[in-house]
Amino acid sequence: MKISHNETIHLGASEDISYIRQKVRKWMVELRFSLVEQTKIVTAASELARNTIEHGGGGRAQLIVLTDNGRTGLQLIFEDNGPGIPDLELALEDGYSTGSGLGLGLSGSKRLVDEFDLKSKPDKGTCITITKWRLN
Amino acid sequence: MGTGKNSKIAEIINNSKEELLENWLKEQKKAKAQHTELISEGELRHRSEELLSLFVRGCLSGLEDTSTEAWSEMRDFLSSISRNNARQGFSPSETATYIFSLKQPVFALLRQELSNEPDALLDEIWTVSKLLDSLGLHSFEEYQRGREEIIERQRQEMIGHSNPVMKIWEGILTVPLIGTLDSERTQVIMENLLQKIVDTESSIVIIEISGVPTVDTEVAQYLFKTVAAAKLMGTECIISGIRPQIAQTMVQLGVAFDDIMTKTTLADALQYAFKQSNLDIVQHQKRA
Ligand SMILES: Nc1ncnc2c1ncn2[C@@H]1O[C@H](COP(=O)(O)OP(=O)(O)O)[C@@H](O)[C@H]1O
Ligand SMILES: [Mg+2]
Repeated sequence: MKISHNETIHLGASEDISYIRQKVRKWMVELRFSLVEQTKIVTAASELARNTIEHGGGGRAQLIVLTDNGRTGLQLIFEDNGPGIPDLELALEDGYSTGSGLGLGLSGSKRLVDEFDLKSKPDKGTCITITKWRLN
Repeated sequence: MGTGKNSKIAEIINNSKEELLENWLKEQKKAKAQHTELISEGELRHRSEELLSLFVRGCLSGLEDTSTEAWSEMRDFLSSISRNNARQGFSPSETATYIFSLKQPVFALLRQELSNEPDALLDEIWTVSKLLDSLGLHSFEEYQRGREEIIERQRQEMIGHSNPVMKIWEGILTVPLIGTLDSERTQVIMENLLQKIVDTESSIVIIEISGVPTVDTEVAQYLFKTVAAAKLMGTECIISGIRPQIAQTMVQLGVAFDDIMTKTTLADALQYAFKQSNLDIVQHQKRA
């Protein structure tokens, strides 16, 4: 697996959510992902970036272009040093929210991507990695 | 070349910080890196001093890559300067020149300190050059981002000011939503809509969303709330313009507009609205 492009985006305020949406959209267009794939990943990025800001108290996102055996993929890593998620299984349940949201951001994003990895430690923070491979 | 393993950059800079700062400030003036009328001399000095310290700290922890955690303080500091520049009307080249103008004085300092070690000198210049280039690019990107934020905000304000709620028929309103829906804007639109329902005694509202690029759970929640509020006033909402890729995404996300009437196009929605209002559309034959 090779990383061919890499960029970090600071996530502090709600404007950063529309910024990362634009950025992800731009990268996916350049990588020739289909419109449906673009929409799915932009939406997942929007959800996870908002969680990083709203629940994680801010953090950063990393955009990475992967190539593996001729496949091309986009990987996004969302990281914060916030309170962490005490019960991962519960947080991934449809409709579960400790705030006033719909509680579909985590579970929904997981369904929108090819690979989903969630790591979290109480009081240390949360790190979520999603990957989408381009259908050739 | 330029692995920076035995690099003395941090040490050299640290030992001559005062001198370097003076030279850099002179260089900034010469390069007109910053509008003197937009920023005070004292502020510029303070900022540049802080930046040098962060640069040294970054160099101490790694010379390979400025996108690492060790350089995050430096990057954040540059981000805020660059975004400020964008807000205050500095040009993009002024913003990039700020960092690039550090090259000349640092090179001069290295030349002076490493005059007996030409190989080391070359290595160090290469390393510093790479670092400053990537920091300059970062400044530029962040400046760009600041500009985009301003444009986006102005656009949002424009949309917020123009009332998008329109009466298209007796008893029928339409709200074409365009662009990003944030909480503030949605609040304004929702209030306008509810007021207009009262003013026009409308019984049907068509919310047209083909101009909304992303429907995430937040946008969906706004739409649910609006529909629920209208319903409390006895008004039915129809959502139109859900594009195929958005529909597919919403299904996987798990947000379903189950209890809401949805139509593919505005025309379909209008037809439905007419039917609900007991209105018929009749096509007359053209007379020869
Ligand atoms: N980065 C994070 N840090 C801490 N808690 C998080 C984070 N992301 C998600 N959570 C927790 O998981 C829950 C579910 O998240 P999500 O499905 O996006 O729903 P919502 O954001 O609507 O509450 C959140 O309510 C929150 O308690
Ligand atoms: Mg969420």
